[in-house]
Amino acid sequence: MAHFEKANSLGEWFDQRLGVKTLERVLAKEYWIPKDINFLWAMGMVLAITFGILLISGIFLLMYYQPNVDLAFDSVNYTIMQEVGFGWLWRHVHAVAASVVFLIIYIHMFTGIYYGSYKKGRELIWISGMLLFVAFSAEAFSGYMLPWGQMSYWAGMVITNLFSAGSLELNGVVEWIRGDYVPAQAFLTRFFMLHVLLIPVAIMALIGFHFGALRLPHVNNQNGTDIDFEEEAEKYKSGNKAASKVIAFANDFMSKDMFVVAVYLVFFFYLVFWNFGFAMDPVNFDPADGLVTPAHIYPEWYFLWSYEILRPFSKDVGLIAFAFAQVIFVLLPFLDRSPNTVPANRRGLFKFWFWAMLVDMIVLTAMGKLPPEGIFSTIGFVAAVTFIGLWLILPIITKFEKKL
Amino acid sequence: MNQTRRGFMGKAFGAVAGVGAVGALYAMKRSWDPLPSVKAAGFTTVDLSSCAENKLIVEKWRGKPIFVLRKSAEMVASQNEAQNARDIIVEGSHYMIAIGLCTHLGCIPAYRADKSDFKCACHGGEFDSSGINTVLPPEKPLLIPPFKVTGATVVLGEEGEVYKKMKESGLIA
Repeated sequence: MAHFEKANSLGEWFDQRLGVKTLERVLAKEYWIPKDINFLWAMGMVLAITFGILLISGIFLLMYYQPNVDLAFDSVNYTIMQEVGFGWLWRHVHAVAASVVFLIIYIHMFTGIYYGSYKKGRELIWISGMLLFVAFSAEAFSGYMLPWGQMSYWAGMVITNLFSAGSLELNGVVEWIRGDYVPAQAFLTRFFMLHVLLIPVAIMALIGFHFGALRLPHVNNQNGTDIDFEEEAEKYKSGNKAASKVIAFANDFMSKDMFVVAVYLVFFFYLVFWNFGFAMDPVNFDPADGLVTPAHIYPEWYFLWSYEILRPFSKDVGLIAFAFAQVIFVLLPFLDRSPNTVPANRRGLFKFWFWAMLVDMIVLTAMGKLPPEGIFSTIGFVAAVTFIGLWLILPIITKFEKKL
Repeated sequence: MNQTRRGFMGKAFGAVAGVGAVGALYAMKRSWDPLPSVKAAGFTTVDLSSCAENKLIVEKWRGKPIFVLRKSAEMVASQNEAQNARDIIVEGSHYMIAIGLCTHLGCIPAYRADKSDFKCACHGGEFDSSGINTVLPPEKPLLIPPFKVTGATVVLGEEGEVYKKMKESGLIA
């Protein structure tokens, strides 16, 4: 047996048994963050806090929600909203957080793209982040099924139909996913399971992976400066904090991180209490009916851009374009052929590529919400083709980018 | 010597784990299959004698909407060969029977009696009164469910003579 001295404090007792001090040193006290960053570097913490809020509000919703096609709608819209004390709070917090989390994810993503934070050793941070995006998308979709309203039902119908893979007619696969010919009891219960267990567990594992991928390469900085973290850490530890280019993650950086979180939470709870309506589609306040399609079926705002890439094409071409849009961001570290890790504004043509991509995704989002008629169809089509075109030219323009 | 023993133990474990993994995956796949009770509840009888001309009736079969449309004489007169071939003739009247789900992504198209056609609100697809696609994105006509004509009634889910003939000539899907 290993040799243990008598501990002089509770902290020491735990340290002997768990190596708490080592953990604290590796993860906080000597985990170095560059000074040259801005508030956009706090989005990771904002996302972690938002995930925590989703988890807590979800636990309270779970206590009254009934995953049964006859009871689900009323358990949400009557029991939780009207009977349970503060049930409305958990529901609005959960719905608003589910929507806002995607806003922050997109900001987090485009920050990474702008500053080149997916290059030179940071590829796995980007890839694990995109896997998290996929997991959050699946979590959002499965959660959207649960109130069993009209939009739940028809979104479930349309999205599961995608798995028939167009002209391949894999109807057996679709029926297997649903456990029925149409979304029904088996479908609701299995998506309930996915939403409250399997996907959240996957998300937590991926968050661990995402943080782990960050530890060795460290976070990027505003100028893409290649920092010698050991040298800068020595300066900091020897008391020369002013000359050091880095600060410790905790408590130095954390205090700033949490300040941004506080600002964010004020905005978040403003939405929860006074402007929750954007996260509550009116059509979903009609109970699911397999014999009546709503006039327009559209996803929540955060899926509109990829939905608009599906829509203007014929069935098979649309599906291929949609599949392309789903996976292409993952490949960004390998499609960007330039070795420059600097902000986009110093990267020649990539600067225009970045802003064109951002504007194009906003246009796709706007068109996805509008009915597919006349000029909107045309704009949507052009924006979808532009999206694909931008990804195709990315390796070329970055290959010829001047090395800085 | 030790290395060979460890190698053997590793392979033995691999074999046992492999068999277990395949078995577990098969059990998981089967647990997600539609239940026998879901598969068995699959027959719907429709009485056609009460259908009015150019008025769409929507029945439910295996959770899906089924369109039943009795065509008027003018509608039949203006039809081409392909449209006629999809008609089901019961006691002298022409009927369209089809699964009322758009072949694009499964929304329910709405019937427009004045134009005698179907319009899907989701992505703008259109079908004529025989269920044949006329406007993209759908690339196929509405599906015809298995049916059997008995007198003035039609049983959905059972394959009758007329259905089999349609299937042979490739009209079903």
